[in-house]
Amino acid sequence: MSDTSMAAPAQAGGTPLVTHISEAVIRIAGNSQDGIQAIGGFLARLAGRSEQEVMTFMTIPSTISGGPSIFQVRIGTGEVLSAGDEADMLLCFYQHSYEDHIKSIKLGGIVLYDSDHVTPNPEWQENYRHVGVAISGLTVEAIGGTGRDKGKNIYAMGLLAKIYDLDVPKITKLIQERFSGKDTSIVTNALTCFNAGYSHSLENLLKTYQFKASEGKKPTPGSRPQVVMNGNEALTYGLIAAGVRFGAGYPITPWSDIMELLRKELPKYGGSFIQCEDEIASVSMAIGASWGGRVAVTGSSGPGISLKTEAIGWAVMAEIPLVVVDVQRGGPSTGMPTNVEQSDLNIACFGGHGDSPRVVIAPASVEDCFYTAIEAVNIARKFSTPVIILTDQGIASRIEAFEMPDLEKICQDITPDFTPVADHKPYDLSAADGITRHLAPGTRVASGKYPVVTGLEHDELGHPTGSPKLHVQMTAKRRNKLKKLGADLPTPKTIGPNEGQILLVGWGSSLGPITEAVGRGRSVGDAISGLHIKNLNPLPNGLEEIFQGFRHVFVVELNDEGFYGYGQLGQLLRARYCDPKIRGINKSDGLTWKVKEILDRARALADAVQNGKA
Amino acid sequence: MTSLALPFESLTRTGNLNLVPVPPLPEGERKGLTKKEVAADHPTWCPGCGDFSVLALYFKLIEKRKMHHEKITTVAGVMDNNVYGLTKNQTSPTSPLGYKSKTDAWGSGDRPINPMKQAIAAGATFVARTTHTNPNHVLQMMEAAMDHDGFSFIECLSECVEFYPGAFDGANPRKGGQFPEVPKDHDVTDEYAAYKLAEELMPGKFGIFYKVNRPTKNANEAKIVSTNREKFASLPDWQILQKNFDRMK
Repeated sequence: MSDTSMAAPAQAGGTPLVTHISEAVIRIAGNSQDGIQAIGGFLARLAGRSEQEVMTFMTIPSTISGGPSIFQVRIGTGEVLSAGDEADMLLCFYQHSYEDHIKSIKLGGIVLYDSDHVTPNPEWQENYRHVGVAISGLTVEAIGGTGRDKGKNIYAMGLLAKIYDLDVPKITKLIQERFSGKDTSIVTNALTCFNAGYSHSLENLLKTYQFKASEGKKPTPGSRPQVVMNGNEALTYGLIAAGVRFGAGYPITPWSDIMELLRKELPKYGGSFIQCEDEIASVSMAIGASWGGRVAVTGSSGPGISLKTEAIGWAVMAEIPLVVVDVQRGGPSTGMPTNVEQSDLNIACFGGHGDSPRVVIAPASVEDCFYTAIEAVNIARKFSTPVIILTDQGIASRIEAFEMPDLEKICQDITPDFTPVADHKPYDLSAADGITRHLAPGTRVASGKYPVVTGLEHDELGHPTGSPKLHVQMTAKRRNKLKKLGADLPTPKTIGPNEGQILLVGWGSSLGPITEAVGRGRSVGDAISGLHIKNLNPLPNGLEEIFQGFRHVFVVELNDEGFYGYGQLGQLLRARYCDPKIRGINKSDGLTWKVKEILDRARALADAVQNGKA
Repeated sequence: MTSLALPFESLTRTGNLNLVPVPPLPEGERKGLTKKEVAADHPTWCPGCGDFSVLALYFKLIEKRKMHHEKITTVAGVMDNNVYGLTKNQTSPTSPLGYKSKTDAWGSGDRPINPMKQAIAAGATFVARTTHTNPNHVLQMMEAAMDHDGFSFIECLSECVEFYPGAFDGANPRKGGQFPEVPKDHDVTDEYAAYKLAEELMPGKFGIFYKVNRPTKNANEAKIVSTNREKFASLPDWQILQKNFDRMK
């Protein structure tokens, strides 16, 4: 809890002191079935409704039930860019949650523990403020049942509401909304639980916290309200806003949330999502639907993407618009299915046979997932190409608050246009920049010359050909249209000044931690800047000029440093710019970046390079 | 997280399509396609390939049914020759036990798959068998399949004259074989009876093995869509989406 300032003097009778804070990082640790995600969700949603910024981080076990699970939420009145390095408070339900996570909080931080299950360690009691509440027992006292029943998460939520002086009417409303539609006794029990927790005397804590009024980001009159959701939800709604009405997929963590939501939502718009027998069938079905005239979506996570690559090659050859979502997780193979990794960049950009250029875009935040989905659909349509959205488990599951998009303005109608045409060559070699458009079958072509679609190399009407000349021309056409896209892309702006010692280059979900690392580094005098690349294939122009302003270019990636000391984007940038100052800062622990980690590694690497040791 | 600069604005519309729109023809002026119009390419198959007769019959069907270009999608794969002929003589899943090919000099050790049994097991609601040497029968089966509401599967024997000549002679009366049709008293709705027919050895039977009417996948999906549309049909798409966003405030 930064910016601690004592605001109210101690009052008589043990009334807690009030400390004003600008942000708090709370880590909740328990087992996966305890509903700790629900507490985190409540806190995140509450922050969104209170015009606060919020970001969450969670780990869930890959087993069906049971197993340790955590949810970390960072709430602030300033800009919140990451889920926070160290927690201010640890709320723990079991001995293992206590022991495993005590080290994740700041020295002097608070440990709020369920005294029915946790025995504090005297050694740690010196360094952290321990507050024990018999959460399990008191929950049973409040609503009956047994300690194994649900409810203690809501009781704990009451405790947190008291400690952080949270808006009780808003929480009450959130609880009512969450359990609406269920038995009324469930809502009553939940509220009873919450109130019991809230009324519990915390005299031994003798301190409560209040979030300072928002400073930089006061809601301006007429501004749009905030919405709170996770990245998979934002991506799904982005696809719907973009006009996608058909998708096909096969379940795999962490992509499944997207297909579950599409299946539920699309029929409302007259669309449909099909769960297929496997990954190959689903990509093929999506290609078929796209060929039918309306961009369709398929998606998966790493292992599933490998299965889809052959069909993606077909879509490249036949120039069919298609959106493929890859929610990356720890790989290879089944790997670490509930952890984050950015190790599918290579397969997204190059995973395919033959010369098969395709587009790869990586969203940077939850909000960006929404807009990236729309962008992907539009690029697919304009360039008749497969577009891969490379998101990751970190963004997929984290919750952020962002400004409500102007849906009336953004939502697109991409109903196929069946206006008859005089003539149509789907692979017209005279088209500017090689950009041709896919025409929905069913459109009448007055000339009577109807195109053929095939995975074989073809002439301008799609008829198979073995002509060496045509293969040269068509290969160039497929390349040139995406080179044109690359040339049109905006050059990303640096975070911080455009010259200095160190440039931290990142992609995807590491934007937040990199931005924070730049801020923290600069505040102590480091000449450090950041650069986030969203369009990974093709790359935008102008990066070389940016690199020239720095002594070191460190590519920060959640993947392995490989044989040669840099990760997958590092390799791509080296191949394009042949610049030996491009080096990698990589890790593969399956966890998101901590700001401190990035800064320490960047400084150490810069030192090593200067001393000729790297 | 603050908003990022979003470069998608310039891409939100597909722009000039370089297509010249022409007015649609009035329904009455439309003529069905002729075989000449529909045959976009002359396939480069071997002379005498059984597939030629199948393709010719398909064109005849389109002509007979007076179909328009805009109403047909043709997806072509491969027919069953008991051998991979296009790639010049490799063992295929239906090659008989002991069949010698370039990929198996010693003869196949795998029992061949039975496409008819697999189609029935996979849930096709129309499963028939025919052979390219009996054009009238092929056409008859194609028409019956086209009239069926649901996924239809026809196994059409088509000889590879280059690499497995004579594979289907047993089903060709002109080559001393027989063309036994499915018995008149066969109950096409009886799945077990269909399996029994499918298990017969060459020449086996020809005709419709299995045909049932079940709600199709399309019909089931359409029902889900219409139930949902009833609730939301009066709303423009963005307002349906707005409802979800309002719940996430």
